[in-house]
Amino acid sequence: MRLDVRGLSVQLPTPGGWVRPVNGVSFALGEAETLGIVGESGSGKTMLSLALMGLLSPGGRASGEAWLHASANNGNGSGENLLAENPAEMRAARGRRIAMIFQEPMTALNPVMRVGAQVAEAIRVHEPSLGAKQIDRRVLEALERASVPEPKRRARQYAHELSGGLRQRVTIAMALAAGPSVLIADEPTTALDVTVQKQILELLENLRRELRLSMLFITHDLGVVAQVADRVAVMYAGRVVEEGPVEEVLRRPAHPYTIGLLRAAPRLVREKIEAIPGAVPPLGSLPPGCAFGPRCERHIAECDAAVPELTRVTAGSETHRARCIRADGG
Amino acid sequence: MTMPGEIILDVRDLRKSYSSATGAFERGGAESKGRTMAVDGVSFSVERGETLGIVGESGCGKTTLARILLRLIEPDSGEMRFRGQDWRRAHGAELRALRRRMQMVFQDPVASLNPRMRVGAIVGEPLAIHEPRLSRGRRRERAAEMLEDVGLGAETLDRYPHEFSGGQRQRIGIARALILRPELVMADEPVSALDVSVGAQILELLDRLRREFSLTLIMISHSLPVVAQLATRVAVMQSGKFVECGLAEEVLRAPQNPYTQSLIAAVPEIPA
Repeated sequence: MRLDVRGLSVQLPTPGGWVRPVNGVSFALGEAETLGIVGESGSGKTMLSLALMGLLSPGGRASGEAWLHASANNGNGSGENLLAENPAEMRAARGRRIAMIFQEPMTALNPVMRVGAQVAEAIRVHEPSLGAKQIDRRVLEALERASVPEPKRRARQYAHELSGGLRQRVTIAMALAAGPSVLIADEPTTALDVTVQKQILELLENLRRELRLSMLFITHDLGVVAQVADRVAVMYAGRVVEEGPVEEVLRRPAHPYTIGLLRAAPRLVREKIEAIPGAVPPLGSLPPGCAFGPRCERHIAECDAAVPELTRVTAGSETHRARCIRADGG
Repeated sequence: MTMPGEIILDVRDLRKSYSSATGAFERGGAESKGRTMAVDGVSFSVERGETLGIVGESGCGKTTLARILLRLIEPDSGEMRFRGQDWRRAHGAELRALRRRMQMVFQDPVASLNPRMRVGAIVGEPLAIHEPRLSRGRRRERAAEMLEDVGLGAETLDRYPHEFSGGQRQRIGIARALILRPELVMADEPVSALDVSVGAQILELLDRLRREFSLTLIMISHSLPVVAQLATRVAVMQSGKFVECGLAEEVLRAPQNPYTQSLIAAVPEIPA
């Protein structure tokens, strides 16, 4: 399956009027491909994934298109548009075609239900005709697929009895139980220790290859994105400001925000880290033109005239694009 | 040229254990009997002006260690000397006098600031406690000066914590920690709740303040890359013990202990 997102916007009502935490985001995610979405708080990266899952809080409005179609089929408009579905259709798609795992596995799991029963629920919702025996077998398969050791014993335990890493494996088992082809992973390892993070990232990578999962991997960690993603989209204040092959974007960033993030990221080798001055602007009062303008060292008057287009980086490969009028030193 | 530095904090063989069978939901049985050694024979000393980074994963005992060093909890055994005095047994006036010289910066700048107090009162509160004779006007001036040192304007004095971003709140927490001019500051995960670009601002600030105020820093974190930015020495903690401790460059470049090696290997690296 491919996921084709075009012009996705999310609007939320606030006391100060409507704001757009996601503003005209477009991307294509191929089969068995991982797209990393990088951004800081307020960039819209989580809101984007909630919109795709049909999980925006009441009052939030999503517009644009998000087409899921079989990979062989490149035709326009065929397949299903997740954003045009009614709640019942979306419920059917959720879990079965597109699923999500979250940052905090403890809050994603029900504390008073055995974890096996929660995996069973995810299966039963989509296949109500299965008998109890079949479901039990599928639960064990799902836990095994997520490399949960001793799945029989673990299935009978509660979330609080499991370590953070095991809990995340259980939510991965739940997410994949009904066989989705697109997985959204929203900061799935941020709450975990670094050695456990490594195991979970390896697990996700194996699952992606085995199940040919298309993965949207949301993170603030540039090291994690370098490890898991084929391509990366950097978001700032609701917009994609740079996208391209992950190696190229991280080695030869074109947008001043990406450059700043890379300089600010702590690395094992001690270098002088340089912070980006200022803070992300509140959505209710974005500056005119480029939203990064007020924090940008390359800022000129022209930057405030209009929101720059996402255009190809001249020195880069064909798919490397940046939303900056000075990206090429101009 | 380096002079042998003055030891500001010296810790010998600290131990703290907890009973592992607790809580109404515990079933008991063989698995849950016994005690967990949260801190298991930790010894180290900190020289004036250096930055010691203590790194470890969750459950390694680093937070328990920090709480013992701050004398928020009692160790089972061991010795602590702070500025040459018996810090473990200090009490009364001696404890108060020493305590103002050791301050803390917390992880969560939201939870550690009283939402119903104005910033001026929050930052000035340690003065109200330790220098009660200071006039209210003078306290306010000192708070304003301190806020300026951490990069916030005097207009912040009359505002409430919720009006600030996470990074600004962490600056407020740092201002409160430094207003008494402590000699030793302990920072427990000072940037882990912050975005990358803001966390970098706070690390820069801590390093600048360390120089300007001649501070000794102990930084506790789960993140080796974060500690690598500031620490002159690094201690790696696992299961209540320091498994490796040495100069930051050496520990990071050529780790000797297998656990340190696995921690370093697990850090996802950004291509340079």
